[in-house]
Amino acid sequence: MESVAAPRFSGVPGWLRGPLPILLSLPILALAQWATAQAPFLVYIASIVGVNVILAVSLNIVNGMTGQFSIGHAGFMAVGAYIAGKFSLETKDVYLPFMQSVAASDQLMFVFALLLGGAVAAVFGFLVGLPSLRLKGDYLAIVTLGFGEIIRVIVQNTEMFGRALGLSGIPQRSSIFMVMFWVFLTILAARRIASSAHGRSLLAIREDEIAAEAMGVNTTAYKVRAFVISAFFAGVAGGLFAHFVGIINPGSFTFVKSMEIVVMIVAGGLGSTTGSIVAAVFLTLLPEALRSIFTQLGGGDQTLAQRVDQIRMPIYGMLLVALMLLRPQGLFGTKEIWDVAPKWLSRRRKGMR
Amino acid sequence: MSGAAVAQETGGVKVLGTRAPREPHLEIQGLRVSYGAIQALRGIDLTVGRAEVVALIGANGAGKTSTLRAVSGMLKPAGGKILLDGRDVTGLKAHQLVPRGMAHAPEGRGIFLNLTVEENLDLGAYRRRDTAEIAKDLEYCFHLFPRIKERRKQMAGTLSGGEQQMLAISRALMSRPKLLLLDEPSLGLAPQVTETIFRTLKEVNERGMSILLVEQNAHLALQLAHYGYVLETGEVVMAGPGRELLESPEVRKAYLGE
Repeated sequence: MESVAAPRFSGVPGWLRGPLPILLSLPILALAQWATAQAPFLVYIASIVGVNVILAVSLNIVNGMTGQFSIGHAGFMAVGAYIAGKFSLETKDVYLPFMQSVAASDQLMFVFALLLGGAVAAVFGFLVGLPSLRLKGDYLAIVTLGFGEIIRVIVQNTEMFGRALGLSGIPQRSSIFMVMFWVFLTILAARRIASSAHGRSLLAIREDEIAAEAMGVNTTAYKVRAFVISAFFAGVAGGLFAHFVGIINPGSFTFVKSMEIVVMIVAGGLGSTTGSIVAAVFLTLLPEALRSIFTQLGGGDQTLAQRVDQIRMPIYGMLLVALMLLRPQGLFGTKEIWDVAPKWLSRRRKGMR
Repeated sequence: MSGAAVAQETGGVKVLGTRAPREPHLEIQGLRVSYGAIQALRGIDLTVGRAEVVALIGANGAGKTSTLRAVSGMLKPAGGKILLDGRDVTGLKAHQLVPRGMAHAPEGRGIFLNLTVEENLDLGAYRRRDTAEIAKDLEYCFHLFPRIKERRKQMAGTLSGGEQQMLAISRALMSRPKLLLLDEPSLGLAPQVTETIFRTLKEVNERGMSILLVEQNAHLALQLAHYGYVLETGEVVMAGPGRELLESPEVRKAYLGE
């Protein structure tokens, strides 16, 4: 009950259990880095998918696990993107003499930029978390929506952040290694939270706040903590985004972006980390996949391809409607893929008999 | 009948009989609670002795639930004092009071409908780390309510009303409280189930737990309670040993329909 991970790594000494998954991930990521070196488009798509996965998994901590409906996640992402982006722009030419090479120094600065972006976003998470103590449901949603828009409007009118033009020329220090490493860290954090006493407190708040309080859960503290953790990872996602796109402007962080993330976690099943991941990957790739399918359908006939391209987004919308009609609880509900998949498989086996 | 004859008036409260002296576990002094401009409690005094069952009876809107919520720290009192084991705990939050040995089973049961019975009970022991003792208490709850044991793997939402109430009480017990606050345990239950629950409360009390019980079913509550208070529009109007309140003409007329 204390630790879900314990039996799985029973042969491993205690001090190694925490960092072990991270150490294991490094060579795999390095391999991915090496394998995709010649495929810039693949890296770009994978990076976008990665950023969306981080956003969805982190928003799921607040919306899914704690049951507080926040729809301003793009605001935290914007904070992280602008802070990290601005930091990298200002320190573009700084070379850390203790590092062996310029590239290594750049990467270290990049990590620092990401952490800085995440930290500042976390501070904003704290500020937005505060009203969540008094507000519930729709009212909280409106406050978070307002926050997201306020951030965007402030950035849009700040000289330092390039107003509506945004920041350009941010050094493109991102790599598939770094993006996926953070994806991994986010998922690890979300899973560790879910299986800890901390996660059970969040769950209790989601299920019944009054009962949770009566049980002795410090609801105030846990709600704010959920917001802070979630905002931190959103900020890091923003920082990563800034460093592989190279150009950011307020248009990237509108309400539409926030809604995109909300759609992902709702489609995946609120409260399900694996659901968020699957939905984020699927919904990010879907428009791209539809694009290439229709280009191929159109063949040489450019006008047909264009015409078909126009119904790409409506199809995306219709798929979402269909999903909500067929599975209103989302793909996995509040469960994880390994809770749900065996049931689906056995049902199929029964059907075949 | 003998004690009821010597009723005395003290500060608007009609006090019947005499109370067996006990060390006070919970003392409420001049407690006031308001919702905006509306005063729900206008300064009530109430004492729960150690290992005593105290019933708080009264009509809808008399302030029974507000009293419990203020005591358990889920509501901030507008005035007055709450002493637990002689220490001032006024204004402390629920999460600070649970470790001090107070458990509140809220009105309408407040159980986690989408969690299993076992998960609900686990959450009751939320503040505790003594795994072996938790297991013991779990067995004790199952002993008190065998029905709960049968349904341990079931979603709490699929339980009947009575089973849900049993679960709510069990869950409160899982924090191993010294003082149990119960809000309307008989609400919406069949008489037979209610009896089971009250029998259990008696058993739990006999093991030394103090209970502050809010109840509309005055008859049952006063039968169980060592001492009772009658609340009317935010004020205590009568107090006395359970038996004597039960036999007093005022209570019989107002709450027992005789």
